[in-house]
Amino acid sequence: MELYELGICEARALLEKGEIKSRDIVEAIISRKNAYDTKVGAYLTFDEEAALKMADENPKSVPIAVKDLINVVGQPCTCASKILEGYISPYDATVIKNMKANGFIPAGRVNMDEFAMGSSTENSALGKTRNPYDLERVPGGSSGGSAAAVGGNLCIAALGTDTGGSIRQPASFCNCVGVKPSYGRVSRFGVTAFASSLDQVGPLAKSVDDAAILLGAIAGKDEMDGTTPREIVPDYLAAAKAGTLKGKKIGVVKEYRELDGIDPEVKRITEEAIEKCAANGAEIVEISLPHAEYAMAVYYIIAPAEASANLARFDGVRFGHRSARSQDVYSLYTRSRAEGFGPEVKRRIIMGTYVLSSGYYDAYYGRAQKVRTLIRRDFEEAFSKVDAILTPCAPTPAFRAGEVQDPLTMYLNDLFTIPSSLAGVCASSVPAGFTKASPERPALPVGVQLICGSFEEAKLFDISKAFEEIMK
Amino acid sequence: MKIDVSYVAELARLELTDEEKAVFQPQLESIVKYVEKISEVDTEGVAPMMHGREIVNSFRDDVIKPSMSREAALGNAPSRVGDEFLLPKIVEGAES
Repeated sequence: MELYELGICEARALLEKGEIKSRDIVEAIISRKNAYDTKVGAYLTFDEEAALKMADENPKSVPIAVKDLINVVGQPCTCASKILEGYISPYDATVIKNMKANGFIPAGRVNMDEFAMGSSTENSALGKTRNPYDLERVPGGSSGGSAAAVGGNLCIAALGTDTGGSIRQPASFCNCVGVKPSYGRVSRFGVTAFASSLDQVGPLAKSVDDAAILLGAIAGKDEMDGTTPREIVPDYLAAAKAGTLKGKKIGVVKEYRELDGIDPEVKRITEEAIEKCAANGAEIVEISLPHAEYAMAVYYIIAPAEASANLARFDGVRFGHRSARSQDVYSLYTRSRAEGFGPEVKRRIIMGTYVLSSGYYDAYYGRAQKVRTLIRRDFEEAFSKVDAILTPCAPTPAFRAGEVQDPLTMYLNDLFTIPSSLAGVCASSVPAGFTKASPERPALPVGVQLICGSFEEAKLFDISKAFEEIMK
Repeated sequence: MKIDVSYVAELARLELTDEEKAVFQPQLESIVKYVEKISEVDTEGVAPMMHGREIVNSFRDDVIKPSMSREAALGNAPSRVGDEFLLPKIVEGAES
């Protein structure tokens, strides 16, 4: 087994025994990257010297690939946008500080949709990333670089961010485990904001155990992020190790069974997963999420609204691109932003500004916040009856690069992940099998989504681990 | 619903080309049409969910700690003079 194929648990075992040093893993990843990433394109940049130096200083640490919107001191942080080309982070994000304090080092910056807006990583202004399971296809997004790096054995594990499905959908496309923590579980300090009431950082990993370790290493109270409560971080790995489906109540969503537009193979894999859960001691309970059908609409009001406010900071004044064509302050703003942002980001800024503008606020943003309350109540009601909810993760397996052109069609990728994001609860994507190969497409990985209540990550790891075991 | 894309882009301080406006116009209208689905929902008496979780005031101790150095904070400035960001003239009519 090559060192770049290791997961966190396996790497730690070898490091503990003294059989290898951190430098050996980093070197293996660098040579793997040089040989194979020319095809996949997971990494945007990789400061080899810095990674090796950190490995030497921390010889028992495990290297982690970092999505290019999380600040690491002295390294670029482009958000895959031209507006941040050349930007060098002056500080570490809290998740990076926490990670370093818990036996990990950041190594390599991975690609994403520009400012995390997208579901295929095709919105990156700085590089193309392809799916390691079929290089004609996308890795998903927006954490597509993280998922492609994990799925393609170009790293040990990676950090991503999830606003409406940006960890879970690419994890499903690239056969890895992805976890979106509950809102508030992980600090967002130093993570470039997209939609502040939804953004969370989480792990993409080769196993549920690995995801549990990495989430445990980054989670917790941070005085730099007022949304993080003092609640203790339980031992997620212990929860995963004790994982069982026996006696667990797993909810399946009544409304999803009647949905059109789901790939038949995704449907088959999800149905079989439910049957396997039942065969392994879980009780399957039908639940209802009556407002889930409005979740996409709510999300595409709230997320662009928050994004339009957050991205106002890119004005060409203190950092980022400044237009050479600016004559006064007004044109400095409008032209720096015009030259720096890509089309999807511009679309969402306009959408967000529109729904917040005078005369429209109540009908769109105000109303969306109320419907969001109803969606959250649906989940609270469901979790009074079940331990977890099982749904497909994405409506399709990985699609071909260039295949989806219409923005609204692309948005539908997040159909199953957006409701839990809006409710602020935690959710994972766990590999559940492969589609049958056909003349049109090869066998492709498919994940299912498991959802638990707010701050119920220990239960999520318990059930996800048991699920992973029975799907092997 | 007709969106005045030029006007909204101006509010967002975003210069758009005519080509961009022509592409965005129908795309944004179809997105707006889609999100208007929420008008079907009865929200009478429902409180808005303003954030990702219920948050009470979150205070930290009011203790002075070292912060980022001036040099680090200015490190990504597109243009600077000494310890300041350099910008085009803002005040109209003033001597530049």
